[in-house]
Amino acid sequence: MPAGTLYRGREGMWSWVAHRVTGVLIFFFLFAHVLDTALVRVSPEAYDSVIATYKMWLVNLMEYGLVAAILFHALNGLRVVAVDFWAKGPKYQKQMLWTVVGIWIVLMGGAFYPVLQHTLRTWFGG
Amino acid sequence: MSAETKDLVVPSLQAHTGQGLGTGNPADAFVVEPARARTKKTPRRTRTNFEMLAWLFMRLSGVVLVVLVLGHLLINLMLDGGVSKISFAFVAGRWASPFWQIWDLLMLWLAMLHGSNGMRTVINDYAEKDATRLWLKGLLAVATVFTVVLGTLVIFTFDPNI
Repeated sequence: MPAGTLYRGREGMWSWVAHRVTGVLIFFFLFAHVLDTALVRVSPEAYDSVIATYKMWLVNLMEYGLVAAILFHALNGLRVVAVDFWAKGPKYQKQMLWTVVGIWIVLMGGAFYPVLQHTLRTWFGG
Repeated sequence: MSAETKDLVVPSLQAHTGQGLGTGNPADAFVVEPARARTKKTPRRTRTNFEMLAWLFMRLSGVVLVVLVLGHLLINLMLDGGVSKISFAFVAGRWASPFWQIWDLLMLWLAMLHGSNGMRTVINDYAEKDATRLWLKGLLAVATVFTVVLGTLVIFTFDPNI
């Protein structure tokens, strides 16, 4: 790896990288999402047909990925606010990152069935 | 600053080249020229505080978006059957209420401005050529205005009996 690409590494840099990557992904999805929602002004059929795409298993799985990106960006964003505005924020930034990761894992476990229930019910009935 | 290091300071045009002081110490690779002294000709305000306001906006809008977006995901993607229930009729039911219209309108504007400003930061960081930066930011601005206007019109002109 060429020198200088790692900055300081560790929690601070990697959370910054993850925040940036998730932010860009969410932004591109937001464009697509406003456009697909705009089809409600075309016709109910046009809207329902694009929503059928959201109900395909692969896209449903990507929705779980979207939830993963948004949840991390939201939780880490609150950590950034704490680092900037809370006097002890910079001191505890590492502990706050591992708290973010812990909460993220718990919430992603909790979101698994609710988000993927459409696919799971299609495959396994119920 | 000692006389020795003062001679070593590179002009600001060279500061980002990584050539730096040539001391061999990687920490000296990036050197920024000290600010020039203010004279009587220096304008009282040399810049606006746009970047500070943008920084503040990211934090304020971010906190509001946590509530708006996570609520949106919970209602549309998780509760009551998840994505199964989404249809034209479902949207018509939600937008019959001014509360959800305002919720979605606020979410649209804040998310687009928050995302657009984030992308502006990314472009500034990675697009090194002036022309590339200008074009990418121009494209970003056009796409942002288009999306915000389109989304706003859709919310306000929605017709359940189309």
